[in-house]
Amino acid sequence: MKLYLKIWRQKDAKTKGKMVDYTMEGVEGDMSFLEMLDVLNEDLILKGEEPIEFDHDCREGICGTCSLQINGRPHGPDTRITVCQLHMRRFKDGDTIVIEPFRAKAFPVIKDLIIDRSAFERIQQAGGYVSVNTSGNTVDANAIPIEKDKADMSFNAATCIGCGACVAACKNASAMLFTSAKVSQFALLPQGRVEAADRVQSMVRQMDLEGFGNCTNTGACEVECPKGISLENIARMNREYLSATAKG
Amino acid sequence: MSALIKSSIARKIVMALSGLFLVIFLVLHVTINLASVIDPETFNQWSHFMGYNILVQYLMQPILIAGVVIHFVVGIALEFQNKRARGVKYVKYQGGANAPWVSRNMIFTGGVVLAFLGLHFYDFWIHEMTYKYIEANPMDPTRYYEETVAKFEPMWRTILYVVSFILLSLHLWHGFASSFQTMGVNNKYTAGITRFTKIYALVIPLAFIFIALYHHLNPVMH
Repeated sequence: MKLYLKIWRQKDAKTKGKMVDYTMEGVEGDMSFLEMLDVLNEDLILKGEEPIEFDHDCREGICGTCSLQINGRPHGPDTRITVCQLHMRRFKDGDTIVIEPFRAKAFPVIKDLIIDRSAFERIQQAGGYVSVNTSGNTVDANAIPIEKDKADMSFNAATCIGCGACVAACKNASAMLFTSAKVSQFALLPQGRVEAADRVQSMVRQMDLEGFGNCTNTGACEVECPKGISLENIARMNREYLSATAKG
Repeated sequence: MSALIKSSIARKIVMALSGLFLVIFLVLHVTINLASVIDPETFNQWSHFMGYNILVQYLMQPILIAGVVIHFVVGIALEFQNKRARGVKYVKYQGGANAPWVSRNMIFTGGVVLAFLGLHFYDFWIHEMTYKYIEANPMDPTRYYEETVAKFEPMWRTILYVVSFILLSLHLWHGFASSFQTMGVNNKYTAGITRFTKIYALVIPLAFIFIALYHHLNPVMH
């Protein structure tokens, strides 16, 4: 398969980037998208050119590192997958593929297709945890009975891998789906209720400080989330926030 | 308090509440307007009541104007903030692949409705204020029907009204149900709210369009 690639190249965070055209021949359908980029990089290295920097780690859809906007969609044309799970059979001979980094002011480009997602980490650090001292006093996880539906909803929220596809897809670059998943996974459990009010206020404050946009309920984040995190989490976070604010 | 004002969720809730308030107001407005088609005398009575009742004029009217102003000022402020949040634009962005057009273009549909409100205020509110307070005309409970119908005589104004109500329909199609999501309502009632939103977003603007076309096609003969 012959492909025409348009790839964002940017030397570093301070330099202005641009799209660069590459032509690839002999691409096989069984290659993953990242393997296709690996082959392209081998060619570039052999030619003495700078290889394209892109993030990748687990290559099995659980780390959320591969932050590529492919043909205008986070992680490419399919839903519920990350880029490493996207295979070249999804494309046709002669296709042009536009590859860009996830775009958000809060996710500055470090180099080429690599972005800095530490904004998500700072949101998590603002309250995405339960403060329990377990050293020498470990309590069995099942000591507190939890309703099955709530345990399931909490688990589903906790499957968020923090990849940033929600921000990349949202026309407003909003991080509400990510933040709400991190709020929800604790808000639904009795262990998380103790700090629930402080948590939601701190995490929303940090989210706003990072410069993400506002949610306008388009639902793009939910569609593009590789883990299928639901908009219900955003509604829950809004309820939690309203309740916490009303209590002062 | 200042933290609350700066909060993105608080601003969204302001948008949702002011939007829902305007949604309720539209029901009152279309009900009175429908009277102009069914019974001109009733329309005159209701319009006169709305025009001279102290509570309506000095309490409801300022609240309504505040609702409109808050909705568009906060909406525009959020839009600027959202544009800034993207930073560098995508070379290729397929917004339509994961979100409906109406949800992505609220600023456009809202902007058209806002522009229409300018014309609407000029047509009716400015006219009313001039009649009552500048020219200081005496009360005339029978004037409203003819004044309203006369506004729809020109083809251009009728077309502008129809187009604006189509855009209002698109705005409501997303906005009504979306305001419930913002208020934290996403549960077993959500499917019902979404269905009701679609009915509301079609019925109310269509009723306004019908009234405008009816008066355009049935001018008052002198």
